[in-house]
Amino acid sequence: MQERNYDVLVIGAGAAGMAAALKVAEEGLKTAIVDREPFLGGILPQCIHNGFGVHLFKEELTGPEFAERFIQDVVKSDIDIYLNTTATSMAVHQPVKQVNLCSSEHGVFRINARAIVLAMGCRERNRGNLGIPGTRPAGIFTAGLAQRLINIDGYMPGKRVVIVGSGDIGLIMARRLTWTGAEVLAVVEILPYPSGITRNIVQCLNDFNIPLYLSHIITKIEGKERVEAVEITPLENGAPNYTKTFKVECDTLLFSVGLIPENELTQSAGIKINPETGGPLVDTRLMTSAEGVFACGNVLHVHDLVDWVSDEAQRCGKELINFLQGKTEKIEQGKVIAGANLKYVLPNRYRLGEKNRFSMRSLIVRDKATLVVRQGEKTIRQFTLRHVKPAEMFHVELKQEDLNDLVSNGELLPIEFSLS
Amino acid sequence: MNSQIYDVAIIGAGCCGASIARKLSAYEISVVLLEKCVDVGFGVTKANSGIIHAGFHHPITSLKARLEIRGNLMFDQLHYELGFPFKRVGIIVVAFSVEEMKTIEHLYSQGVANGVPRMEICGRERILSLEPQLNSDVVGGLYAPTGGIIEPYRYVFALVESAQKNGVEVKTQFTVEQGIREKDYWIVKSKEGETIKARYVVNSAGLFADEVSKSFDAELFEIIPRKGEEFLLQRNAKGLPNHVIFPVPGAHTKGILVIPTVEGTLMVGPTAIETDDKYDVETTSQNLETVFMQATYMVPAISRREIITSFAGLRPTMKGNDFYIEPSKKQPHFIQVAGIQSPGLTASPAIGDYVKDILKQEGLQLIEKKDFDPFLPHPIKVRELSFEELEKVVEKDPKYGHIVCRCESVSEAEIVEAISKGHATLDGIKFYTRAGMGRCQGAFCTYKILKIISRETGMPVEKITKRGDNSWIISQRLQALADEKAER
Repeated sequence: MQERNYDVLVIGAGAAGMAAALKVAEEGLKTAIVDREPFLGGILPQCIHNGFGVHLFKEELTGPEFAERFIQDVVKSDIDIYLNTTATSMAVHQPVKQVNLCSSEHGVFRINARAIVLAMGCRERNRGNLGIPGTRPAGIFTAGLAQRLINIDGYMPGKRVVIVGSGDIGLIMARRLTWTGAEVLAVVEILPYPSGITRNIVQCLNDFNIPLYLSHIITKIEGKERVEAVEITPLENGAPNYTKTFKVECDTLLFSVGLIPENELTQSAGIKINPETGGPLVDTRLMTSAEGVFACGNVLHVHDLVDWVSDEAQRCGKELINFLQGKTEKIEQGKVIAGANLKYVLPNRYRLGEKNRFSMRSLIVRDKATLVVRQGEKTIRQFTLRHVKPAEMFHVELKQEDLNDLVSNGELLPIEFSLS
Repeated sequence: MNSQIYDVAIIGAGCCGASIARKLSAYEISVVLLEKCVDVGFGVTKANSGIIHAGFHHPITSLKARLEIRGNLMFDQLHYELGFPFKRVGIIVVAFSVEEMKTIEHLYSQGVANGVPRMEICGRERILSLEPQLNSDVVGGLYAPTGGIIEPYRYVFALVESAQKNGVEVKTQFTVEQGIREKDYWIVKSKEGETIKARYVVNSAGLFADEVSKSFDAELFEIIPRKGEEFLLQRNAKGLPNHVIFPVPGAHTKGILVIPTVEGTLMVGPTAIETDDKYDVETTSQNLETVFMQATYMVPAISRREIITSFAGLRPTMKGNDFYIEPSKKQPHFIQVAGIQSPGLTASPAIGDYVKDILKQEGLQLIEKKDFDPFLPHPIKVRELSFEELEKVVEKDPKYGHIVCRCESVSEAEIVEAISKGHATLDGIKFYTRAGMGRCQGAFCTYKILKIISRETGMPVEKITKRGDNSWIISQRLQALADEKAER
């Protein structure tokens, strides 16, 4: 079997994979990047709407434009690119990691690498995951698949559309479908507030008078062959009130009901998963439970903005370099706990001697929220946040000096974040 | 009109029709298999749980028990010849009370009488050592190691392929509307406007066997659909058992089962609810509750968070609850194969033999074919190969290296093969290859498969369907839309 040796193998060539690969290649490490698709950029090329890059490049770009900035750098760099290539399995619990790959173009081969970056992104939750009753006709798509069909392949998935879930992709698709001549009849959201970011509610629904039904669910799908109608039912006191069920005739149903990090490869390699995020458990180096295997982007936890993905991936690249240079091979870390009103805090470890950056998601919607970081009863740091909601990830930094005095009997004490 | 007169026309290409067709393909006769759906196995069979029963559920006085026992024994040979996935994982019936243990004893003695080999009555310790994931409240149970699992649709695909290889003709989208007796043959007309002639007709039309019988002016009876809902959980799901787990059965049903599928996913179900609509395959939220309550009572680790899809199927039941397999008493050369509900799949190979014997008694001359080939080449499945084996396969055909369905590791070559065998709908490809059957449910592969179908068949993408008829996927190409606008 053909074997190729690299310092670093990056699995996935989307926003995260490209940024991480560029960072480590800059340092002169011999780097390879693999992706299943025939192009670089991951999901970005199908996101032809704008709004990308506001934080990273201080300008509004479309998905393809945002991707292009990285693609050009990757192509110009010394990074070896393997497209149309699938990583089928990997052995990672040893200093030299082995990844098995197959491809119609490159055949079947193995890459040996000193370090791996997992950047496989995520997949969409679907109708089956929700257990929505009714028939199983054609015409049920995830929003991302519909986006791909329209924007890349040039196929219209239907004419009269109902969208389930007010996640960002769903909102973007409501506008896109309207522009392409379809009628979007309703967006149905189980929560009492929208899941997508405010900008998208305004620009994608309100501007086109598309009705958004909050606290409503789909209680039935009808149609033997193709979707014919859906039943929509309001939730009252958390339970469906079937006396107020109404029917919307449509031929297409789109699901935008959340994303799941795509970690089957990770799990099959025996790497530990955090059940809260669906991504691997990582420490402050963004390193997984397998030494030398790092993770960043949506495979680690689902991000709301690609800017944060790139940012995290660059950080991941830097950590990987430090690790390979032996600077952080042994590192003392304390535990980080997600307390009241927080879904998770990532990474779930902190370390001393430098600033620590944390990403997290709120479980509540609140203006002027207070985030408190405590060790036991002692408050280490307090932040005031203008507005928090589950749909938007936020980040805070603890300074080096915040984390003094956290050692007891030679061990770092756990710290807890809580939101109120 | 086609002037050929077939010796036998079989109506319905489910597991019974397919099995009969394959059996008859070993003889020097002409056979046509008629199916109303776009693909074979798309009716009752598609939603079958895939259990090969051991044969202890029914008394030997019934036809179904006799065919069940015989059918069970035939699966090793069929698996060897046809290569569809089949595993004798064994069946466990679990009892949670002393009273339920009485039923276990009854099942045991019934099984012994039926000739089921190697059954055991298990105490608590034995049953927990066989199946450590069981609720520890379990009292004991029955263990039948000869029970097994298959994928019902792939079993039917293989039977039909083998039948075709040996000369059987298959006509899909042939909805039988009427049978007219002419001299010494039947004229069979389809709703789609086709007509064929056959000397013998076998009515294995599943849910519609009553309507077919009526349209041939044969016996009047009623098929009562009994709905079953099933839930499929992902690969390596929590609680995945080693054996098929049954509760102690109720009066009419074998109960909610926990099934480790032959492909490594976990299935729970089915419910059993009579309905009056032969097209009613809706799932409901109440039944999800019922199924999970009962399944998690037996195996507490099962999590509904791991559901990837749900589906419903209909069992074609009849009054009396036994199989109805006999020559019509009203019409000549018309064989009824009706009321084939559970354990129909298990019995199906034996039904093939049984119907062959009936046809012989009814005067059909059966001379064995000298060149009958019982074997099918075993198709290459990338997900089953070691990395070294994969390397060799990809060297020969690079399309095996292109993984189209990431969740189930299905390569482009496998999809091309499915299409070449006539499975050119999304569901046909899904059931043939498993592409689109995994955790993402087609979100990442649908667009790729649409293009491969279009490339291989020359069919424009907007004509491709999920499962025939009006189940279109794409309403229009954007280019066509733009052209339309420009014209206006």
